[in-house]
Amino acid sequence: MSEALPNFEGLLREALAPVEPPEDLILRLEGTLTSITEMAVEELEAWELSAMRDPRNWARPAVAVVAGTAAGTALVILRARRRAQQPPSGLRGIQRPSFDRSGAERALRDLGRGTRKLFGDR
Amino acid sequence: MTEQVPQKSKTQLDAEFSELYRAHLRDVYSYAYYRVGDHHDAEDLTEQTFLQAYRHFERAQSESNGRPLRPWLIRIAHNLAANLYRDRSRKPSWPIDETTMLAAPHTTEQLVEGRDELSRVLDGVRMLPDDRREALIMRFALGMDNREIARALGRSDGATKVLIHRAIKQLEGIVGDPLNDSPPARENSKESSNE
Repeated sequence: MSEALPNFEGLLREALAPVEPPEDLILRLEGTLTSITEMAVEELEAWELSAMRDPRNWARPAVAVVAGTAAGTALVILRARRRAQQPPSGLRGIQRPSFDRSGAERALRDLGRGTRKLFGDR
Repeated sequence: MTEQVPQKSKTQLDAEFSELYRAHLRDVYSYAYYRVGDHHDAEDLTEQTFLQAYRHFERAQSESNGRPLRPWLIRIAHNLAANLYRDRSRKPSWPIDETTMLAAPHTTEQLVEGRDELSRVLDGVRMLPDDRREALIMRFALGMDNREIARALGRSDGATKVLIHRAIKQLEGIVGDPLNDSPPARENSKESSNE
Protein backbone atom coordinates (compact mmCIF):
# COMPACT_ATOMS: atom_id res chain seq x y z
CA MET A 1 0.00 0.00 0.00
CA SER A 2 1.32 3.43 -0.85
CA GLU A 3 2.22 5.92 1.83
CA ALA A 4 1.41 9.62 1.65
CA LEU A 5 4.35 11.81 0.68
CA PRO A 6 4.75 15.24 2.26
CA ASN A 7 4.76 18.18 -0.15
CA PHE A 8 4.49 15.89 -3.10
CA GLU A 9 3.76 18.70 -5.52
CA GLY A 10 6.91 20.48 -4.41
CA LEU A 11 8.87 17.33 -5.07
CA LEU A 12 7.26 16.99 -8.47
CA ARG A 13 8.13 20.59 -9.26
CA GLU A 14 11.76 19.88 -8.45
CA ALA A 15 11.86 16.68 -10.44
CA LEU A 16 10.35 18.40 -13.49
CA ALA A 17 12.49 21.51 -13.27
CA PRO A 18 12.71 23.51 -16.52
CA VAL A 19 15.52 22.43 -18.81
CA GLU A 20 17.65 25.08 -20.48
CA PRO A 21 18.01 24.55 -24.23
CA PRO A 22 21.58 23.86 -25.39
CA GLU A 23 23.45 26.80 -26.83
CA ASP A 24 24.06 25.02 -30.14
CA LEU A 25 20.31 24.55 -30.54
CA ILE A 26 19.75 28.25 -29.94
CA LEU A 27 22.33 29.21 -32.53
CA ARG A 28 21.02 26.73 -35.07
CA LEU A 29 17.39 27.65 -34.55
CA GLU A 30 17.97 31.38 -34.73
CA GLY A 31 20.09 30.89 -37.83
CA THR A 32 17.36 28.78 -39.38
CA LEU A 33 14.60 31.26 -38.66
CA THR A 34 16.66 34.08 -40.05
CA SER A 35 17.56 32.07 -43.14
CA ILE A 36 13.92 31.25 -43.78
CA THR A 37 12.86 34.86 -43.89
CA GLU A 38 15.85 35.98 -45.90
CA MET A 39 15.55 33.19 -48.43
CA ALA A 40 11.82 33.65 -48.73
CA VAL A 41 12.25 37.33 -49.46
CA GLU A 42 14.84 36.68 -52.12
CA GLU A 43 12.88 33.87 -53.72
CA LEU A 44 9.59 35.66 -53.72
CA GLU A 45 11.16 38.67 -55.34
CA ALA A 46 12.53 36.50 -58.13
CA TRP A 47 9.49 34.31 -58.41
CA GLU A 48 7.07 35.51 -61.05
CA LEU A 49 3.43 34.79 -60.57
CA SER A 50 3.20 32.99 -63.88
CA ALA A 51 5.80 30.49 -62.75
CA MET A 52 3.65 29.62 -59.75
CA ARG A 53 0.94 28.33 -62.06
CA ASP A 54 3.34 25.84 -63.65
CA PRO A 55 3.22 22.55 -61.72
CA ARG A 56 6.83 21.95 -62.61
CA ASN A 57 7.71 24.81 -60.30
CA TRP A 58 5.75 23.48 -57.37
CA ALA A 59 8.56 21.28 -56.18
CA ARG A 60 10.16 24.12 -54.34
CA PRO A 61 12.85 23.67 -51.77
CA ALA A 62 11.35 22.64 -48.48
CA VAL A 63 12.44 25.86 -46.91
CA ALA A 64 10.35 27.92 -49.30
CA VAL A 65 7.31 25.83 -48.48
CA VAL A 66 7.88 26.34 -44.80
CA ALA A 67 8.25 30.05 -45.28
CA GLY A 68 5.19 30.18 -47.54
CA THR A 69 3.06 33.23 -47.22
CA ALA A 70 4.79 34.21 -44.04
CA ALA A 71 7.85 35.22 -45.97
CA GLY A 72 8.86 38.80 -45.73
CA THR A 73 11.11 40.94 -43.70
CA ALA A 74 13.78 39.08 -41.78
CA LEU A 75 13.58 38.56 -38.06
CA VAL A 76 15.50 41.64 -37.19
CA ILE A 77 16.27 40.78 -33.62
CA LEU A 78 17.37 37.24 -34.41
CA ARG A 79 19.41 38.39 -37.35
CA ALA A 80 21.28 40.92 -35.27
CA ARG A 81 22.06 38.31 -32.68
CA ARG A 82 23.06 35.78 -35.29
CA ARG A 83 25.46 38.16 -36.94
CA ALA A 84 26.96 39.07 -33.64
CA GLN A 85 27.62 35.43 -32.85
CA GLN A 86 28.38 34.36 -36.42
CA PRO A 87 27.18 30.76 -36.35
CA PRO A 88 27.63 28.54 -39.42
CA SER A 89 25.63 29.78 -42.38
CA GLY A 90 23.25 27.74 -44.50
CA LEU A 91 20.19 25.72 -43.80
CA ARG A 92 21.72 22.74 -42.13
CA GLY A 93 19.16 22.91 -39.37
CA ILE A 94 16.21 22.63 -41.69
CA GLN A 95 17.70 19.88 -43.77
CA ARG A 96 18.75 17.66 -40.91
CA PRO A 97 17.57 14.19 -41.89
CA SER A 98 17.05 12.98 -38.36
CA PHE A 99 13.56 14.39 -38.05
CA ASP A 100 10.77 12.63 -39.86
CA ARG A 101 9.57 15.05 -42.54
CA SER A 102 6.27 13.25 -43.14
CA GLY A 103 5.49 13.67 -39.49
CA ALA A 104 6.15 17.36 -39.73
CA GLU A 105 3.92 17.66 -42.77
CA ARG A 106 1.10 15.87 -41.02
CA ALA A 107 1.60 18.13 -38.05
CA LEU A 108 1.14 21.08 -40.40
CA ARG A 109 -2.26 19.78 -41.36
CA ASP A 110 -3.14 19.09 -37.76
CA LEU A 111 -2.04 22.55 -36.85
CA GLY A 112 -4.56 24.22 -39.09
CA ARG A 113 -7.34 22.34 -37.36
CA GLY A 114 -5.72 22.80 -33.99
CA THR A 115 -5.43 26.54 -34.36
CA ARG A 116 -9.07 26.84 -35.21
CA LYS A 117 -10.07 24.61 -32.33
CA LEU A 118 -7.82 26.48 -29.99
CA PHE A 119 -9.00 29.96 -30.74
CA GLY A 120 -12.37 29.45 -32.33
CA ASP A 121 -14.07 28.15 -29.23
CA ARG A 122 -15.07 31.45 -27.72
CA MET B 1 -20.94 41.75 -37.43
CA THR B 2 -17.23 41.12 -37.33
CA GLU B 3 -14.81 43.82 -36.39
CA GLN B 4 -12.22 44.68 -39.00
CA VAL B 5 -8.74 44.30 -37.52
CA PRO B 6 -6.01 46.24 -39.32
CA GLN B 7 -3.31 43.98 -40.72
CA LYS B 8 0.10 44.15 -39.13
CA SER B 9 3.19 44.77 -41.16
CA LYS B 10 5.59 41.92 -41.73
CA THR B 11 8.22 43.72 -39.73
CA GLN B 12 5.88 43.98 -36.80
CA LEU B 13 4.84 40.34 -37.07
CA ASP B 14 8.44 39.20 -37.18
CA ALA B 15 9.35 41.31 -34.19
CA GLU B 16 6.42 39.84 -32.26
CA PHE B 17 7.40 36.35 -33.28
CA SER B 18 10.91 37.03 -32.03
CA GLU B 19 9.45 37.99 -28.69
CA LEU B 20 7.37 34.83 -28.61
CA TYR B 21 10.43 32.77 -29.44
CA ARG B 22 12.58 34.34 -26.76
CA ALA B 23 9.84 34.13 -24.15
CA HIS B 24 9.02 30.48 -24.72
CA LEU B 25 12.07 28.74 -26.09
CA ARG B 26 12.78 27.20 -22.70
CA ASP B 27 9.14 26.17 -22.30
CA VAL B 28 9.08 24.40 -25.64
CA TYR B 29 12.41 22.73 -25.04
CA SER B 30 11.47 21.62 -21.54
CA TYR B 31 8.19 20.21 -22.77
CA ALA B 32 9.92 18.45 -25.66
CA TYR B 33 12.61 17.03 -23.44
CA TYR B 34 10.31 15.62 -20.79
CA ARG B 35 7.95 14.42 -23.49
CA VAL B 36 10.50 12.46 -25.54
CA GLY B 37 13.16 11.88 -22.90
CA ASP B 38 16.06 12.46 -25.25
CA HIS B 39 18.07 15.59 -25.94
CA HIS B 40 18.54 14.92 -29.63
CA ASP B 41 14.84 14.41 -30.37
CA ALA B 42 13.97 17.28 -28.05
CA GLU B 43 16.15 19.61 -30.11
CA ASP B 44 14.54 18.48 -33.35
CA LEU B 45 11.09 18.80 -31.84
CA THR B 46 11.82 22.29 -30.59
CA GLU B 47 13.18 23.38 -33.94
CA GLN B 48 10.24 22.01 -35.88
CA THR B 49 7.80 23.54 -33.41
CA PHE B 50 9.10 27.04 -34.02
CA LEU B 51 9.21 26.52 -37.77
CA GLN B 52 5.57 25.50 -37.76
CA ALA B 53 4.74 28.32 -35.41
CA TYR B 54 6.39 30.86 -37.66
CA ARG B 55 4.42 29.68 -40.64
CA HIS B 56 1.09 29.99 -38.83
CA PHE B 57 1.93 32.88 -36.55
CA GLU B 58 -0.15 35.55 -38.24
CA ARG B 59 -3.27 33.44 -38.25
CA ALA B 60 -2.76 32.32 -34.67
CA GLN B 61 -2.37 35.91 -33.57
CA SER B 62 -5.48 37.05 -35.36
CA GLU B 63 -7.54 34.22 -33.89
CA SER B 64 -6.15 34.46 -30.38
CA ASN B 65 -7.85 37.78 -29.63
CA GLY B 66 -4.94 38.77 -27.47
CA ARG B 67 -4.84 35.58 -25.44
CA PRO B 68 -1.40 34.10 -24.68
CA LEU B 69 0.08 31.97 -27.42
CA ARG B 70 1.98 29.56 -25.20
CA PRO B 71 -0.77 26.90 -25.26
CA TRP B 72 -0.76 27.11 -29.04
CA LEU B 73 3.00 26.62 -29.14
CA ILE B 74 2.85 23.65 -26.81
CA ARG B 75 0.03 22.19 -28.83
CA ILE B 76 2.24 22.28 -31.90
CA ALA B 77 4.96 20.45 -29.99
CA HIS B 78 2.36 18.00 -28.68
CA ASN B 79 1.15 17.20 -32.22
CA LEU B 80 4.67 16.87 -33.57
CA ALA B 81 5.66 14.53 -30.76
CA ALA B 82 2.58 12.40 -31.34
CA ASN B 83 3.38 12.16 -35.03
CA LEU B 84 7.00 11.37 -34.28
CA TYR B 85 6.03 8.35 -32.23
CA ARG B 86 3.35 7.26 -34.65
CA ASP B 87 5.66 7.37 -37.63
CA ARG B 88 8.64 5.80 -35.97
CA SER B 89 6.54 3.36 -33.96
CA ARG B 90 8.88 3.86 -31.13
CA LYS B 91 8.70 4.76 -27.52
CA PRO B 92 10.48 7.60 -25.79
CA SER B 93 13.95 6.75 -24.64
CA TRP B 94 13.19 7.08 -20.97
CA PRO B 95 14.63 7.22 -18.39
CA ILE B 96 15.58 10.86 -18.70
CA ASP B 97 19.25 11.45 -19.50
CA GLU B 98 21.45 11.86 -16.49
CA THR B 99 22.38 15.29 -17.84
CA THR B 100 18.93 16.57 -16.97
CA MET B 101 19.84 17.01 -13.37
CA LEU B 102 22.73 19.20 -14.40
CA ALA B 103 20.82 21.21 -16.98
CA ALA B 104 17.95 21.90 -14.62
CA PRO B 105 18.35 24.60 -11.97
CA HIS B 106 18.84 22.28 -9.01
CA THR B 107 21.12 23.19 -6.15
CA THR B 108 24.17 21.12 -5.32
CA GLU B 109 22.59 19.98 -2.09
CA GLN B 110 19.51 18.83 -3.90
CA LEU B 111 21.64 17.00 -6.40
CA VAL B 112 23.36 15.03 -3.67
CA GLU B 113 20.55 14.44 -1.20
CA GLY B 114 17.47 14.49 -3.34
CA ARG B 115 18.65 12.81 -6.48
CA ASP B 116 17.31 9.42 -5.59
CA GLU B 117 13.96 10.81 -4.58
CA LEU B 118 13.71 12.94 -7.71
CA SER B 119 14.67 9.96 -9.84
CA ARG B 120 11.85 7.99 -8.29
CA VAL B 121 9.44 10.77 -9.17
CA LEU B 122 10.71 10.89 -12.75
CA ASP B 123 10.46 7.12 -12.99
CA GLY B 124 6.91 7.42 -11.75
CA VAL B 125 6.08 10.09 -14.31
CA ARG B 126 7.12 7.80 -17.15
CA MET B 127 4.72 5.15 -15.88
CA LEU B 128 1.74 7.45 -16.23
CA PRO B 129 -0.59 7.35 -19.23
CA ASP B 130 0.43 9.84 -21.93
CA ASP B 131 -2.21 12.46 -21.23
CA ARG B 132 -1.59 12.47 -17.49
CA ARG B 133 2.15 12.70 -18.01
CA GLU B 134 1.78 15.59 -20.44
CA ALA B 135 -0.51 17.46 -18.09
CA LEU B 136 2.03 17.15 -15.28
CA ILE B 137 4.86 18.32 -17.53
CA MET B 138 2.85 21.38 -18.51
CA ARG B 139 1.89 22.13 -14.94
CA PHE B 140 5.18 21.55 -13.17
CA ALA B 141 7.90 22.00 -15.78
CA LEU B 142 6.25 24.90 -17.59
CA GLY B 143 4.13 26.33 -14.81
CA MET B 144 1.00 26.45 -16.93
CA ASP B 145 -2.35 26.94 -15.23
CA ASN B 146 -5.40 24.76 -15.81
CA ARG B 147 -6.82 26.97 -18.52
CA GLU B 148 -3.58 27.02 -20.49
CA ILE B 149 -3.21 23.25 -20.20
CA ALA B 150 -6.80 22.78 -21.28
CA ARG B 151 -6.19 24.82 -24.42
CA ALA B 152 -2.97 23.00 -25.19
CA LEU B 153 -4.60 19.60 -24.82
CA GLY B 154 -7.88 20.57 -26.47
CA ARG B 155 -9.94 19.76 -23.40
CA SER B 156 -12.37 21.59 -21.19
CA ASP B 157 -11.11 23.34 -18.06
CA GLY B 158 -13.04 20.92 -15.87
CA ALA B 159 -11.72 17.83 -17.60
CA THR B 160 -8.19 19.19 -17.28
CA LYS B 161 -8.59 19.81 -13.57
CA VAL B 162 -9.72 16.24 -13.08
CA LEU B 163 -6.91 14.95 -15.29
CA ILE B 164 -4.24 16.71 -13.25
CA HIS B 165 -5.76 15.68 -9.93
CA ARG B 166 -5.85 12.03 -10.95
CA ALA B 167 -2.35 12.23 -12.41
CA ILE B 168 -0.93 13.50 -9.13
CA LYS B 169 -2.80 10.91 -7.12
CA GLN B 170 -1.66 8.10 -9.38
CA LEU B 171 1.92 9.31 -9.33
CA GLU B 172 1.85 9.67 -5.58
CA GLY B 173 0.76 6.07 -5.35
CA ILE B 174 3.50 4.92 -7.70
CA VAL B 175 6.27 6.83 -5.95
CA GLY B 176 5.06 5.90 -2.50
CA ASP B 177 5.08 2.22 -3.33
CA PRO B 178 8.68 0.96 -3.44
CA LEU B 179 7.53 -2.32 -4.96
CA ASN B 180 6.01 -0.60 -7.94
CA ASP B 181 8.13 -1.35 -10.97
CA SER B 182 5.60 -1.39 -13.76
CA PRO B 183 6.59 -0.68 -17.35
CA PRO B 184 5.82 2.82 -18.61
CA ALA B 185 2.31 3.40 -19.87
CA ARG B 186 1.87 4.47 -23.48
CA GLU B 187 -1.88 4.97 -23.66
CA ASN B 188 -4.14 7.77 -22.62
CA SER B 189 -6.07 7.50 -19.40
CA LYS B 190 -9.79 6.91 -19.13
CA GLU B 191 -10.50 10.63 -18.96
CA SER B 192 -9.25 11.14 -22.51
CA SER B 193 -12.47 12.64 -23.74
CA ASN B 194 -13.25 16.30 -23.41
CA GLU B 195 -16.15 15.67 -21.07
